[in-house]
Amino acid sequence: MAYDKFTTLTSTAVPLPIENVDTDQIIPARFLKATERKGFGDNLFRDWRYNQDNTPKTDFVLNDSKYSGKILVGGKNFGSGSSREHAAWAVYDYGFRCVISSFFADIFRGNCLNIGVLPVQVSAAFLQKIFAAIEADPNTELEVSLPEQTVTILATGDSESFDINDYKKGNMTNGFDDIDYLLNIKGDIQEFAKTRPF
Amino acid sequence: MSAKKTLFDKVWDSHVVHQIENGPDVLFIDRHMVHEVTSPVAFLGLKNRGIRVMHPEKTFATADHNTPTINQHLPVADPLSANQLKMLEENANEYGISYWGLGHEKNGIVHVVGPEYGITVPGATIVCGDSHTSTHGAFGAIAFGIGTSEVEMVLATQCIMQPKPKRMRINITGELQFGVTPKDVALFIISQLTTSGATGYFVEYAGDVFKNMTMEGRMTVCNLSIEMGARGGMIAPDETTFHYIKGREFTPKGAAWDKAMDYWQTLYTDPDAIFDKELTFDGSLIEPMITYGTNPGMGMSIKNDIPTSDMVQGGASTYKKSLQYMKFDEGDSMIGKPIDFVFLGSCTNGRIEDFRAFASIVKGRKKADNVTAWLVPGSHKVESAIKEEGILDILTEAGFELREPGCSACLAMNDDKVPPGKLAVSTSNRNFEGRQGPGSRTLLASPLVAAAAAVTGKVTDPRELMKVEMA
Repeated sequence: MAYDKFTTLTSTAVPLPIENVDTDQIIPARFLKATERKGFGDNLFRDWRYNQDNTPKTDFVLNDSKYSGKILVGGKNFGSGSSREHAAWAVYDYGFRCVISSFFADIFRGNCLNIGVLPVQVSAAFLQKIFAAIEADPNTELEVSLPEQTVTILATGDSESFDINDYKKGNMTNGFDDIDYLLNIKGDIQEFAKTRPF
Repeated sequence: MSAKKTLFDKVWDSHVVHQIENGPDVLFIDRHMVHEVTSPVAFLGLKNRGIRVMHPEKTFATADHNTPTINQHLPVADPLSANQLKMLEENANEYGISYWGLGHEKNGIVHVVGPEYGITVPGATIVCGDSHTSTHGAFGAIAFGIGTSEVEMVLATQCIMQPKPKRMRINITGELQFGVTPKDVALFIISQLTTSGATGYFVEYAGDVFKNMTMEGRMTVCNLSIEMGARGGMIAPDETTFHYIKGREFTPKGAAWDKAMDYWQTLYTDPDAIFDKELTFDGSLIEPMITYGTNPGMGMSIKNDIPTSDMVQGGASTYKKSLQYMKFDEGDSMIGKPIDFVFLGSCTNGRIEDFRAFASIVKGRKKADNVTAWLVPGSHKVESAIKEEGILDILTEAGFELREPGCSACLAMNDDKVPPGKLAVSTSNRNFEGRQGPGSRTLLASPLVAAAAAVTGKVTDPRELMKVEMA
C-alpha cells in the first residue's frame, strides 16, 4: 500500500526532551484493541497527556498551545520497547511526519520507515541545539530535507546531515512500499523456499 | 578457505534471498507466529491488495495478549477484545493457518507454545509481531519481533527486508551463586548495558553459565535481549537443545531428524570469528536482581540501595522523573518495601521451571494477607505440568490460586490490571510507566524473588527463605 511521499518538510516542532520514551507511553497497550489502522492519534501519549479522569494534563507539551507542527523531537533512545506498529501509527495519525532524536530503538525506527514517518537521527549536540532553539522560540521552524539528508534550524542556519539507506530513501521519496518490491521477486522467493530444509 | 563465521552469520547468510545495494537484505522466514493484536491490519492489507498468504503452513496463530485468565470457557466479555479474537480466528480460517485459539488444548503465549510443540528449531528464522520473539533464539534460531507492516510482508511473501545487524557476544563465565536464576543473569546484563546498549546488534550468549543452563533458562535470557535494545539474542544449539526438541510434534522425524541434526551440529561460532563488540562478565558475582525504575535497565542487586542521580549514565532529569513515578528516593533500600501484587507468568517466566522455583519457596508457607497474587501459566501444557507435578497442591496449600494461560498482567490488555499507585513484584519483562495498568508500579524480578515477596508481603532476598529450608 503506497503511502505519503516525503521530500522536504518545513515545520515548527514539538519538543519532548525525555530519554527512553517507550512504546507503552507512545500508545498504552489498552488502546491496541482496534482492528483497523485509524484513530490512534487520540491516544498518543495518553497517560502523559490526560489525567485518569480524562482531563488534559496542562503541563504536557501536546496540551501546550505554544507548540505545534509536523515534527516531534524526542530525547535519546526514542521508541524503545514493544514492536507495536501502533506507536508509529499514533505518531502519524496525530499529524507528525518526522521524528528527530539522537538515538532510536530499532523496531520503532523500522516501523516509522514502513509507514512513511521519517526518523531522523542527529548528534546529541545537535539535538540540544534544536531543543534550545525551540525553547527560545516555539515558532522556530526546522527544515528536514530527505533529498539532501539534512535537518536545518532555519532561524540560525545550523544544519546537520543524517543517514538513511538508498533503498529506504527511494521508498520514502516515492511513496513505495516493501511488499510491492517483494512481489516483484516472487519467483526468486519461491525458488529459494524449495531449498529450505524445514 | 571460507571466512570464519559467527553463529549469527551462518544462520542469517543462509536465509538471504537477495542483497540490495545500500539497502536491506531480503531475508527468508522459516516460521511465522501471529497473535490477535498485531495481525488484523496485516490481514486487512492482504485483502486490500487482493493477495493470498504465500506459505500458510509456515505461519501459526495463537490468541494470548488479549485473553482473560479466568473463565475462559465463557464468551469474552470485553467487546473489543472479543472482536480481535474473532478476527484472528476468521483470518486463520480464511487463509488456512493453524489456529490455537482460546480453549484449544495447545493455546498459550506465542513464545511458550512455539518451543513446546517444536515449531522452534535451531538454524531457523522466526518472526512474530511481538518484540519478545527473541525468546526463540535460545534454540540457535534467529528470532526477532517485527511490526505489522512486516507481518503483512511475511504473510504475502514469506520474506522481510532487514539491514543485517552488527554482532555482539556476551560471555558469562563461572558458576552462578545459590539463589541466582537466569532472570537475574538477564537483568544483570541489562543493568550493565542499559536499555539501549545493544541497539543495532544481534547478541550471542556464550560461556559456562549458558552452557549449563536449561532450555527454559535460556529462553528467559534470550527473551529479554530486546530490553537492552538488541533485535535478538541466540545461544548455539547443543545436547541440551537437541534433547529438548526431539520428538516434539513439529520437529523433524526419522531420516529428516538425522539430516537436520547434521546441519544443526554446524551451528556454532567458528574459533577466531570476529564480533563487532564483545563483553565478558563473571557469573559468580551476579546476585538476585530487582528493578527500581521505569525501564528494565534500572536494575540492581536486591541488597543494594537505589543509586543517586550523580551515579547514573544519561540525563539526571529523566532519572529523577522515573524515581518520582515509582515513589522512591535516591539511596532507598529495596529490601523491606511493602508490596501489593505479585505476578508470576509471561513469556519471560511463565514456564514450568518458573513455577517449580516459585513453589520451592512458598511450600509450607502462606501467602501474605496484603498481597494479591496472579499465577498465570504460559500455556495449557505448563498448566498440565503444574498439576501433574503436584505443584498446584503446594500453591493451593499456601493460599494461591492458579489462573488460565495468557499474557495477562505483563501488559494488562485484559482485566489483570494492577491498580493506580500499587506496587507489584513481577516476573515479566517491562517496568515501563503504566505497563501493568495505568499508574501501576512494577518491580521486575525472578520467580524466587516474586515468591519471597508473595509470602512476606515485602521485598525480600529469597536466599533468606532458602537458607531456612536448607538448615
